[in-house]
Amino acid sequence: MKSICLYFQVHQPLRLRRYRFFDIGNDHYYYDDFTNESIMQKIVKECYLPANEILLKQIKANHNQFKVTFSITGVVLDQFEQYAPEVIDSFKQLADTGCVEFLAETYSHSLAALKDQDEFKAQVKAHSKRIKQLFGQKPKVFRNTELIYSDEIGKNVASMGYKGMLTEGAKHILGWKSTNYLYCNAINPKLKLLMRNYTLSDDIAFRFSEQGWNEWPLTTEKFVSWMNKMDEKEEIINIFMDYETIGEHQKKESGIFDFLDNLPAAVLNTKNYKFTTPSEAIKEYQPIAVAHVPNTISWADEERDLSAWLGNSLQDEAFTKLNALRDDVLAINDKHINKDWNYLQSSDHFYYMCTKFFSDGDVHSYFNPYNSPYDAFINFMNVLSDFKIRVDKLKDAKESQSVQDELIKKDDLIEQYKKEINKLKKQIVQE
Amino acid sequence: MKVLMFGWEFPPHISGGLGTACYGLTKGLSKIDDLDIVFVVPKAYGDEDQSKMQLVGANSTHIKQVQEHIRLFKSKHTYLEVESELIPYNDPDEYYTFRDSELYDNKKLFKVNKEGKLEFSGKYGANLIEEIYKYAYVASTVSMDNEHDVIHAHDWLCYPAGIAAKEVSGKPLVVHVHATDFDRSGGSVNPKVFEIEKKGMDAADKIIAVSNLTRNIVIEKYGQNPDKVETVYNAVEPVTIEQKKAIKKGVTEKVVTFLGRITMQKGPEYFVEAANEVLKRTDNVRFVMAGSGDMLEKMVARAAQLGIADRFHFTGFLKGDDVFKMFEMSDVYVMPSVSEPFGISPLEAMQSNVPVIISKQSGVSEILTHAVKVDYWDIDALADAIYGIIKYDSLSGIFKEKGKEEVDNLKWTNAAIHVHQVYNSAINTFL
Repeated sequence: MKSICLYFQVHQPLRLRRYRFFDIGNDHYYYDDFTNESIMQKIVKECYLPANEILLKQIKANHNQFKVTFSITGVVLDQFEQYAPEVIDSFKQLADTGCVEFLAETYSHSLAALKDQDEFKAQVKAHSKRIKQLFGQKPKVFRNTELIYSDEIGKNVASMGYKGMLTEGAKHILGWKSTNYLYCNAINPKLKLLMRNYTLSDDIAFRFSEQGWNEWPLTTEKFVSWMNKMDEKEEIINIFMDYETIGEHQKKESGIFDFLDNLPAAVLNTKNYKFTTPSEAIKEYQPIAVAHVPNTISWADEERDLSAWLGNSLQDEAFTKLNALRDDVLAINDKHINKDWNYLQSSDHFYYMCTKFFSDGDVHSYFNPYNSPYDAFINFMNVLSDFKIRVDKLKDAKESQSVQDELIKKDDLIEQYKKEINKLKKQIVQE
Repeated sequence: MKVLMFGWEFPPHISGGLGTACYGLTKGLSKIDDLDIVFVVPKAYGDEDQSKMQLVGANSTHIKQVQEHIRLFKSKHTYLEVESELIPYNDPDEYYTFRDSELYDNKKLFKVNKEGKLEFSGKYGANLIEEIYKYAYVASTVSMDNEHDVIHAHDWLCYPAGIAAKEVSGKPLVVHVHATDFDRSGGSVNPKVFEIEKKGMDAADKIIAVSNLTRNIVIEKYGQNPDKVETVYNAVEPVTIEQKKAIKKGVTEKVVTFLGRITMQKGPEYFVEAANEVLKRTDNVRFVMAGSGDMLEKMVARAAQLGIADRFHFTGFLKGDDVFKMFEMSDVYVMPSVSEPFGISPLEAMQSNVPVIISKQSGVSEILTHAVKVDYWDIDALADAIYGIIKYDSLSGIFKEKGKEEVDNLKWTNAAIHVHQVYNSAINTFL
């Protein structure tokens, strides 16, 4: 029997407010509460709550045969907590069914995997802790921000104890090979890879409501018939997409909710397919081959590479300057600094600085608070400057504090020696 | 003596130095006995300071003439019928929406609103040529309705209006050259603008240039008789004490500021390169580029490329109080203009006790002693000057003190007396 793995990514950027030069050093609050809240409320209403409701209903209706997988970033969890705690409750209800798996990722949807292994580990750990605390599961399978992956990253993820990882079934990586098998990491074969079936995934995520598409309208029957056309030996179909596809990218009017509502029964009725989660899949199937990914891939844009986040001079400058602060941030270990540090790590900030608008402009302009990548860069750098001022100040304070401590210690020691000397002197005199 | 003055903008509705200069000059002139001014602008908003003169908006002038008259007018002023996309001063906010294809068509008549008035936008944007044309037409009406002894037209946008007024009233015309297209375009002039400028100067009885630099251009490039051209330097409005609110400077480093349109004429790229040189030698400095313009994005990218973006900030277009705030936070003001007819902003900086570095290619450098003057292209000299002022307090102290003294002696009343003399000589030569 074949499996279908349905996975949703849940994330909302924490947008920065218009942070002007005049604010540097004067105002240390960086976030646009109004925009963040209003966008959050809108998506909660249009997507998260109604979609969760359907999933919960279908899990019950299909007697736990319907299974779903989520990866929810720490940044979006923080925003749920602040603006829409009911969403967390509704995810908890899903977790309680036992049919929902939660994956590990970086807390702030960051690009840390590309830069600093210690930072990467710390961010993943923070995220897993949060997931465990909220949903009672310790994540066993890893998904990196935007499915960013390379042999090297895979190796590091394996060394952190994960048995499986999700990534893009990029055409230039797999070539003639199918996405519909398990693969393994080229350096550490113990790490199994689930490859996104980009055709079927994007049929839903991007083309669902596109009336110019020759397959429009997409019904569950049609979708299942495509699934049935798969080669006999193929084992698993990985449907990975943003959760916001349901109701937000594809509006309610497109019939996306009905599609989601009907999908479980339609798939299960085929008798050829069952729903699975990544953890179950890596137990059940064996990798068919090694996936060689020397150069980093992602699930974004036509290129399926990193160029949406890094590569132009704006992005590289911002990313380098941000990461240069890590040692100081660690040394200070201040609650507020750590929080801002985490939020500034978010890949979204770099995404807004992307200058390759032409082919994938639609996706890039989605919920983008800036007029231009230059605007995004200017704003981020202003925030970063203020952040650095705070870091430097606290570092100085800390250093002078430690010098103080040192001096006090020395003084005590001198005092102690003086006493000893006096004692010895007396002894000599007595003798 | 009654003066009929044509301007294009008037405070508070300004986008550049022209409106400020007109305001200062009229204020100065108002102190001269027996001198009345009727100041005409395309659009009067109603909130302008009219204590010193009478402000007439061309948008509120009744059109009494019959259509015949319009035709006659048009046949006389055919050179105004130009069809091109012009960039006079670019209003930074409107920069991106500049182009407008339906500039002229074959409209033979203007649209007059219900009250028999023409409508004006009073901006530098699209339909500029039509606005100039309409303005000139209204000027003839204004000239008939307001008795006067001399006509004074500010900059090329108003030259046609000045000519039209002269033809109706037969009074002498003084044109005031605040800038030429040679400054704005860096040498590759727009022939249409050049033509309007030349016709204006040819028709003038006297020409006022804002500096010897400009006077030379007027004589050499526009072929004017040197006897006709007088240099009258601009001045600056004294800052009132109430304006001096305490501004909290958030950063501890020295702040080096560039403030102006980010266009080729202002030499922003030399500022960026010099900043890079300075940053190689000292950490204790931040650079700010305030303003907007067609080279902004290029400058942002360059700063990122040089890796100095955490020390090099952009503020976008600044208005009103923010300009003042910017000066208050600055330790050095830099104006590396490639070609600057005058340049009032360094004077404003000096009023705020900010040492200034100006290019030798600016008109203001002819009158300032207590300012560093460098060739705009000499990045090393510029970097050297910046470094010196931020590093050696004695140097900056002397510039502050002497500069303030110097600028406080530049008064509009002096400029006004000079302009008054030009009026007299125009009237005398005319008789």
